[in-house]
Amino acid sequence: MIKETLQQIDAIDAEIEALHNAVAQQEDGDILPDDAFNPAPDSVSENEAKITELTNRRAALVEGCADLTAEDRVFLARHPKRPRIDEYIDALFTDFFEQRGDRQCREDEAILGGIARYKGVPVTVIGHRKGSTLEENLRFNFGMPGPEGYRKALRLMKQAEKFHRPIITFIDTPGAYPGKEAEERGQGEAIARNLAEMSALTVPVISVVTGEGSSGGALGLGVANHILMLENAVYSVLSPEGFASILWKDSSRSGEACEMMKLTAQDLYQGGIVEEIIPEPLGGAQADHQKLFACLDTALEKHLVQLCRMSPRALAEQRYKKFRQIGR
Amino acid sequence: MKNVGKLFAAGSNERVFRLKARRDAGTDTPVWQAPQFMTCKKCERRATRQVWAKSLYVCPNCGYYHPIGGYYRLSMVLDHGTFRELDPDVEANDRLNFPGYPEKLEAAQRKTGLKEAVVTATGKIAGVPVVVAVLDSRFFMGSMGTAVGEKITRAVEFATAKHLPLIIFSASGGARMQEGIFSLMQMAKTSAAIQRFSQKGGLYISYLTHPTTGGVTASFASLGDITLAEPGALIGFAGPRVIEQTIGEKLPKGFQRSEYLLEHGFVDAVVPRSEMRKTLAQILQLHTEGGKRN
Repeated sequence: MIKETLQQIDAIDAEIEALHNAVAQQEDGDILPDDAFNPAPDSVSENEAKITELTNRRAALVEGCADLTAEDRVFLARHPKRPRIDEYIDALFTDFFEQRGDRQCREDEAILGGIARYKGVPVTVIGHRKGSTLEENLRFNFGMPGPEGYRKALRLMKQAEKFHRPIITFIDTPGAYPGKEAEERGQGEAIARNLAEMSALTVPVISVVTGEGSSGGALGLGVANHILMLENAVYSVLSPEGFASILWKDSSRSGEACEMMKLTAQDLYQGGIVEEIIPEPLGGAQADHQKLFACLDTALEKHLVQLCRMSPRALAEQRYKKFRQIGR
Repeated sequence: MKNVGKLFAAGSNERVFRLKARRDAGTDTPVWQAPQFMTCKKCERRATRQVWAKSLYVCPNCGYYHPIGGYYRLSMVLDHGTFRELDPDVEANDRLNFPGYPEKLEAAQRKTGLKEAVVTATGKIAGVPVVVAVLDSRFFMGSMGTAVGEKITRAVEFATAKHLPLIIFSASGGARMQEGIFSLMQMAKTSAAIQRFSQKGGLYISYLTHPTTGGVTASFASLGDITLAEPGALIGFAGPRVIEQTIGEKLPKGFQRSEYLLEHGFVDAVVPRSEMRKTLAQILQLHTEGGKRN
C-alpha cells in the first residue's frame, strides 16, 4: 500500500518539478512574448495554480502515511533510498578512521567499522554495509556478512574495550550470508562468539536498528546496553520471506507473515526489547535524511551520556540483566 | 517396612526417570504386545524396538544415527540413581498470540510427554557431579523459544553457582519461529550465561547431535570448551536447502556433517553413541579440579 502511495508522491513531485521549470523558463523570458501559442502571463498564473493544487494533493498523500501496516514498514525498512551506514557516519560522527580485516583470513566489506569522534569523544562505530547502488550492493553482498565480518567486528569491539571507547553499532541486514564458504569457516561459531563476548564488554554499547534486522546476523552486532530502533525499522528472528517458507513452505505469503511476526519498532518497544523509538519523517526516512539524523543525534547523545556514567562492572551487569529478563 | 524400600533400585525419583527413559526409547510396554517394528529412515531395514534399543538406536544394518529422546539419552549417560530434574515446570509462552501455536504446543506435549524441547538435570557421570541439558528434536524440532532459552540459562546459572561442569546435548532446528524476536533474544541470553560460566572457570562440553542448526549453532552449541559430535550429524548455521538456493549449486556430499566439521576445525572429536558415556567420563575426570575452581 505504502508502495503505491510513494509512487504517487514521486509522480506528483516530477510534475511539480516540471511545472516549476516551465514557470522559471517563462519568467526568464526564454519564450518570446509575441508567440501566439504561448500567451505568457496567463500560463504563469495557471501553472502556479496547478502547483498549489498538486502540493495540496501531495500533502494529503503524505498525511496518509501516518498509519502503516507491518508490511508497509518492512517495505520502508528495505527502501533503496533509506540512509546507509556511511551516511550516518558522515552526519553524526567526525574523524572517521576505517579499520579493515579480521586478522585471520580476509576483509568482509559487508560490515563497516572503525574509530570516530562523537561530539568530540572517540567511539568505535560498527555496522552492516549494504551500499546504495546495485554495484555497491553486489560488492557488499547486500549487507550479509560472513564469519570474517563478525570476527572483524569482535576484534574492533575488544579493541574498543581496551581503549575504553563506547561502541555504537548500526544494524541493517537481511541476515548472515548462507553460503558454502561461510559455513566452512564457522558462521555459527562466529556469531555465537560475538554474542558471548559482547555480553561481557565493560564499555557502553548502543545498537541502532536502522533498517531490517533479521536473525542471528543482526543479533551478532546487537547485544547492547540500550537498543534504539527507527520508527519504520523491523527486527525479527528471520526475514518474513524465510519465515513464510519455513512455516508454510511458501515464501509468497510473506505479507501475512509480517503481521504475525510482531517485528515493528512499536511491538518491540512493548515487548521491552528496545529502549527508544526514533521518529522518522512522515512517509519514511528516505523522505528527509537530515531530519532523521537530527532526531537520532538527540537520542544517541542522551543514551550515551546515561551509559557513560555507569561503572564498567555495572555496564556488563546491566547488559546481562537486560537479556536475562527476556522471556523469563 | 524399612526393607520395602530396598526392593527397589532407587527412590521414586529414579523410578519415574527410568519410566520416562523407557517411554522415550519406545520400550515401555507393561503388557505383552506384538513386537513393534521400526524402520530405519536411511536404509529402510525393519527391526524390532528391542533390537534398536540394544544398538542404542544406531541402525544395526547401515549405522544411521536415529534421533533419541531427552530422558533416554540422560539414562544412557548418568550414573544410576543420581538423576534430578531441574525446572521441570517451565512451559512455553505464546507471546505473539501466534495463531495455532497453543494447539500445536499441546499436541507436541501429548505426543512426546515432554513439557518443552529441553530436559535439564543434575546427576553424576562416573561419580563426577554435572549439570546436563538435552534438547529433544521430537518436540518442535528442538527449536529454542523462550522456555528452552530460560531452562538452558537456569541450568547454566545453576552450574555456575554450584561450580559444576556443564554438558549440553544439542539437537535443534534453530530459533522457534512462533515466538519471533523473543526466540532470537534467547540466543543472546544463553550465550551471555555461558560467558559468565566460562569466566568463573566452568567446564562446558557441547555435544552436537543430529541436527544442530540455526540459532542454536549460533549460540550456546558453538561455545563449548570441548565440542563433541555424533557421527553423521547435520551441524551448521544455514540449512543446506537455503545454501543451495542461494549459491545455485549442489553442495558436496557430507557437507555440514560432523566429519566435515572435524576436518574444518570446529569439533574436537566425533564420538559414537556407544562411546559417549566413556568419553564424557574421561573428559570430566581430566577436569576434576578445573571444573570446581573459584
